[in-house]
Amino acid sequence: MEVPVIELQDVKKSFGPVDVLKGINFKAYAGRVTALVGDNGAGKSTLIKGLAGVQPYDSGTVKFDGEVVTIHTPRQAGHLGIEVVYQDLALCDNLDIVQNMFLGREEIKALTLNEATMELQAQKALESLSVRTVKSVRQKVSSLSGGQRQTVAIARSVLRQAKLVILDEPTAALGVAQTEQVLRLVRTLADSGVAVIIISHNLADVFKACDDINVLYLGKMVASLKTKETNQADVIGYITGLKTAEGDDK
Amino acid sequence: MSNVKISTGHEGTAKDQITAYFQRVKSGDMGALPAVAALLVLTVIFTAASPAFFLKPINVANLFVQAAELTMLAAAMVFVILLAEIDLSAGVTGGVGMAVFFRLMQAGMNWIPALVLGLVVGAAIGFIIGFFVSKIGVPSFVVSLAFFLGFQGLQLVLLGEGGLFRVDVPPINAIMNENMPPIGGWITLAVALILGLLITGYDRRRRASHGLPNRPYSLVILKYGAIAVIGGIILVVMNVNRSANVFKPIQGVPYVIPITLAILLLGSMVLDRTRFGRHLYAVGGNPEAARRAGIKVAKIRIISFIICSSLAVVSGLFHVSRLGAVEATAGRQIVLSGVAAAVVGGVSLFGGKGRLMHAAIGALVITIISNGLGLLGWDAGSNFLVTGGVLLLAATVDALSRKRSAGSQVRV
Repeated sequence: MEVPVIELQDVKKSFGPVDVLKGINFKAYAGRVTALVGDNGAGKSTLIKGLAGVQPYDSGTVKFDGEVVTIHTPRQAGHLGIEVVYQDLALCDNLDIVQNMFLGREEIKALTLNEATMELQAQKALESLSVRTVKSVRQKVSSLSGGQRQTVAIARSVLRQAKLVILDEPTAALGVAQTEQVLRLVRTLADSGVAVIIISHNLADVFKACDDINVLYLGKMVASLKTKETNQADVIGYITGLKTAEGDDK
Repeated sequence: MSNVKISTGHEGTAKDQITAYFQRVKSGDMGALPAVAALLVLTVIFTAASPAFFLKPINVANLFVQAAELTMLAAAMVFVILLAEIDLSAGVTGGVGMAVFFRLMQAGMNWIPALVLGLVVGAAIGFIIGFFVSKIGVPSFVVSLAFFLGFQGLQLVLLGEGGLFRVDVPPINAIMNENMPPIGGWITLAVALILGLLITGYDRRRRASHGLPNRPYSLVILKYGAIAVIGGIILVVMNVNRSANVFKPIQGVPYVIPITLAILLLGSMVLDRTRFGRHLYAVGGNPEAARRAGIKVAKIRIISFIICSSLAVVSGLFHVSRLGAVEATAGRQIVLSGVAAAVVGGVSLFGGKGRLMHAAIGALVITIISNGLGLLGWDAGSNFLVTGGVLLLAATVDALSRKRSAGSQVRV
């Protein structure tokens, strides 16, 4: 069996008396898009924050490429090759696409910014994702649409040669055509050998774009399914707790 | 993969580039354009209203000298306004720096180390303000207001009530009151042009070596040609003898102009071409995004306040040079004009947008208003009223252009 890029074993996290994650097992593979679904309060965000190093887990094993690792800071996560694209995207409107993609890791030569190298690499990263919607890499981000912003945020993770890209609600604020664009982008990203995790509430998108679906219910992973082998009704059953891991309707 | 090339904004003919520029202007990215237009309109109006005085060499020289102090203070302010912060104490910080400088000299210190220590005091003040703003979280408006009030007192403590003391250091008095020999002006212009062309050439070669397109040469020629022509005209005017006294000619460019330009250019290089500058704009645009990108936001803020206060001391130095004296009330009035100059020049108070040259243009606009109205014999009251009106207009243009560029994303 292929080694997953990320594997969580019996991961737990509690805030005071509240157990948010009650022993989670989870895997995501290179080249596959893995969905993480669940109702509000199921523990999706807490799970992701642990991977991002923002909020370390209390206990459990995290394996990256088969090796046990500890992720206590965002920096550690970054070093491993984990990139998180947050819902609010974290782009600077007053800067252009290149400047945003290289923010915090600018190329320097002779004490000054090496704009030419950055521009070329940004161009290549966008082209590797087959992006056609962006006119110029020197466009200000303030002039971009929601879908284009998402594109820039995702391309930034390509630039950092991420092995695992986590997308938090990537299509939440987008229209139909733009959702389509972003999902296609996600597919291209996975096809290039990256493991992609998507958090989403939109099951239609999940079924369109994801290979695997993991369902969280009140801090427990109640189902890990292959998209091909399941259907929306089942997944909704798991999300709402009407169906359990054993498969019998309550 | 795909063959679709994403452009870089450097493609196309000069005509395409100019069209693209006007498109950006139309979508709200106006930069200093309104201020430059105001400069031209004001020049035309005052030349027409006061043909005997306004564009005469002596007045043009006065204008530049009058504007230098304000330009330096506005430039100082740009560093914090870019972060959507404000430093109301910049003016009196300059005053305190100069008071320290004066007291040290009085105690027998040579003027050079005394001046350096005055600048160090300025930097230290900037650090303290920046610390309160970024580490403790007090709004910069309040912190700097407190320092504005407190430093008026500190100036009085250092120099005494109604203190006005002569400063007799020839190199310092020369900054505002002496002129370069005529040939010096031409050498300065030539050096500036050559430096600019060298940097442009370096950038173009680097782009070309990466296989990236370059803007057409004609635009480079146009830009430096314009600088050469405008600089040349100003030099010709400045090099005319403007003295009324036949035996004591006054000609040449005041020393303060190359000094100011050098500081502005150096500052612009820092803002445009260094990692610090990029991070400064990022923090001004979206502090949360900057933080997540790994930028140490507090550090950037503190350094910006240090630069602001240090340049404020330079502005204070210009003031001392012009008066030939330190005064205990220096910097109280000018500080708000400094903010006004930056905003009139096109620096956005919302942060993240603006350049140092905008501060210079804004300072020129404000100086021209007071100079021109003064020549026409208008009183100080009308001067304040007109300046206030211009500031309101500039802030309105800024707010509307923000709305406009926010709206333009829907249309893409």
